[in-house]
Amino acid sequence: MKIMVAIKRVIDYAVKIRVKPDKSGVETNNVKMSMNPFCEIALEEALRIKESGLASEVIAVSMGPTQVVDTIRTGLAMGADRAIHVDYPGTLYPLSVAKILKALVEIEKPGLIFLGKQAIDDDCNQTGQMIAGLLKWPQGTFASKVVLDKEKQTAVVDREVDGGLETLCLDLPAVITADLRLNQPRYATLPNIMKAKSKVIKKLTPEDLKVEIKSDIEVVKVTEPPKRKAGVLVSSVDELIDKLKNEARVV
Amino acid sequence: MEKWRAADRLLKFSSRFASGTKLTCTIINYDHTHPLVSECCFFPIPFYCCKSKQGKYFYSVATTVHRNPLFSIISPDDISYFKTLLGERGVVQDALALDAANTDWMGKYRGSSKLLLQPKNTEEVSQILKYCNSRCLAVVPQGGNTGLVGGSVPVFDEVIINVGLMRNILSFDKVIVSGVLVCEAGCILENLISFLDDEGFIMPLDLGAKGSCQIGGNVSTNAGGLRLLRYGSLHGSVLGLEAVLANGTVLDMLGTLRKDNTGYDLKHLFIGSEGSLGIVTKVSILTPPKLSSVNIAFLACEDYTSCQKLLLEAKKKLGGILSAFEFLDSDAMSLVSSTTFLGTENHGQEVIKDKHGQDFTSIDLRALPLEFWYSYASGSIFMENLEAFLLHSVESGLVANGVLAQDINQASSFWHIREGLPEALMKAGAVYKYDLSLPLEKMYDLVEEMRVQIGPAAKVVAYGHLGDGNLHLNISAPAYDDNILAKIEPFVYEWTSKNRGSISAEHGLGLMKAAKIHYSKSPETVRLMIDFDYCVFELLPDTSCLDDNHSIICLCLSA
Repeated sequence: MKIMVAIKRVIDYAVKIRVKPDKSGVETNNVKMSMNPFCEIALEEALRIKESGLASEVIAVSMGPTQVVDTIRTGLAMGADRAIHVDYPGTLYPLSVAKILKALVEIEKPGLIFLGKQAIDDDCNQTGQMIAGLLKWPQGTFASKVVLDKEKQTAVVDREVDGGLETLCLDLPAVITADLRLNQPRYATLPNIMKAKSKVIKKLTPEDLKVEIKSDIEVVKVTEPPKRKAGVLVSSVDELIDKLKNEARVV
Repeated sequence: MEKWRAADRLLKFSSRFASGTKLTCTIINYDHTHPLVSECCFFPIPFYCCKSKQGKYFYSVATTVHRNPLFSIISPDDISYFKTLLGERGVVQDALALDAANTDWMGKYRGSSKLLLQPKNTEEVSQILKYCNSRCLAVVPQGGNTGLVGGSVPVFDEVIINVGLMRNILSFDKVIVSGVLVCEAGCILENLISFLDDEGFIMPLDLGAKGSCQIGGNVSTNAGGLRLLRYGSLHGSVLGLEAVLANGTVLDMLGTLRKDNTGYDLKHLFIGSEGSLGIVTKVSILTPPKLSSVNIAFLACEDYTSCQKLLLEAKKKLGGILSAFEFLDSDAMSLVSSTTFLGTENHGQEVIKDKHGQDFTSIDLRALPLEFWYSYASGSIFMENLEAFLLHSVESGLVANGVLAQDINQASSFWHIREGLPEALMKAGAVYKYDLSLPLEKMYDLVEEMRVQIGPAAKVVAYGHLGDGNLHLNISAPAYDDNILAKIEPFVYEWTSKNRGSISAEHGLGLMKAAKIHYSKSPETVRLMIDFDYCVFELLPDTSCLDDNHSIICLCLSA
């Protein structure tokens, strides 16, 4: 069984982001980019499943401009067997990503698709669900535990939901999106980095896959959240009541 | 001859005392009779001399200390004066707060001060010192109290002057390539780092204690840290400082100029003086630009010789981009992995074992030094250079295995391991800490000899700034034990001295190593230090009483 893992190159989680002066987006020049943390977790889970013998191969997939190859290399250094890079210079929204993944699934025919639950730059949390809908596959999102059963060809997924944990049993092939507590991703060791240099990255374009990229969404404006105002020390209860009444108007 | 000269100084000095008492009572009773030590006996500036052991906190076997009766005891009048000067907030007499200020970070040294003062600006510091000088009250300057040699806490009941409230950043100037930051001495290093981060710059020093240590203390102790390899010591980075001398004189040497060759550059004497010449109140420091590409590799080497070779190779091939080069041995690694502080996430411990455990156990060597280094540069060419260098090292056998951080979080977790070592040692029980500068080839020999010397009684853990030739030797035992101490000292100091190393590379002398200075400095040098110190105070107007608990041999401010 092959496992396909979709990974995204985003601004590194620990970087302090700045909004561009023209408010069209976030500053990405000279900013450290890395693999989306949830995608790392998804890839780690796929690798663990492969290492336990339940899968034969892990394919890492990413889409975007040429720089995306750096992130793909990280994925290969972690242990993915091969990778596919879908070259597209512009921004891709979840529906386009899902359509491209569907086309790739029809070529590669994996038994399981792993994704991160959401990307930390747009926080959409849509791609996994959309691709499950397009393929008409069962989905286990916000997974915090995944157990595969080879004979029965099912996956038992614990999902983190508002009320607690929900356990689902999915028939394979299925789509699973990873949440934070699924696992701790591994570091890229030097021997693996060396091996990654000889692993194949296949390059495709959306035209090759016969997918038309058109977006129904346009980002109009990006602004920073309002700055938090400093607190005010009051010297007596009367002053507090006065402020609550007249300034905050909550009393 | 020496005794005559010293006696002459004594007589000259004693006339300065209001009561005219001779200083014969300041003679030290050291248990050992090193010739230099008896010279110090006549050190005219009053400081604490030795008498009785102070409980389990002192562990310097030969020296014992007692309070010099020439210093006054704090009276209620003094307290009311300070309250008028500093306000209620500036005078702390609360037992809990005093306890924290009286004890050092290691929990090894405890003073019995009854008064903690918190001035808010240089003027207040000056007034405090002027008053203490007139009343003959001993003081100890204190910053973040993170020092490791007992220099930041009172020995007896000195007044603690804590500059923690002086934490304004006064100005920041982005000048061509580097920035110049001017701030008050009480600014916490981590706060300065975050401030500069927003501006696109970094501090030239970084240490594990950054969350608590203050820049005034860092400067006064010439703190080293993790970035010394690339940015040099504070002697190079500090452009100017403002200090207050013992009689309240404010010495304004706060320049922001890169070059200023007008006379003796006195700020260098204050840097590393551990507060013995004055209290630093403002600092002006050169800040390098933040570079966009930072990466870090954690490598395992088979033995110490490979570590050395790797350092030389790294300096040659990566010269410009190498920022830090640290090492820790396998004992250190297992200590850090076993203390649960690493596991901020549940799987923290497993993570280290899974990712590294198999690699380590498969290489069966008793002491498996690890390396750990860190590069700063810009662009992806840097990544290629770095990877190429690392892969070459693996192929040539210098490196047995290793990991390369793929994002900032992974990088911080590597630093977490290295920076968390002192804390892990504290949690493991009692620890005897030594900070030594040694020639690169000999460094690990000391560790191995120490292991033989101590035997199974305690664990010898070694780590340090390999790039600077600085070893942090720690002996971890379940509890403080004089038998273990006897095996360590003076063996470690003599070994260091024999190899012309320094008994204190970056921690300073403090109370712990004050009497050991002769292991690393010649008698003539120490004599000149004493003479100089005496001169500074003799020449100050109105110094009726030397109130700083200072001298090169006993001292003060730590970070």
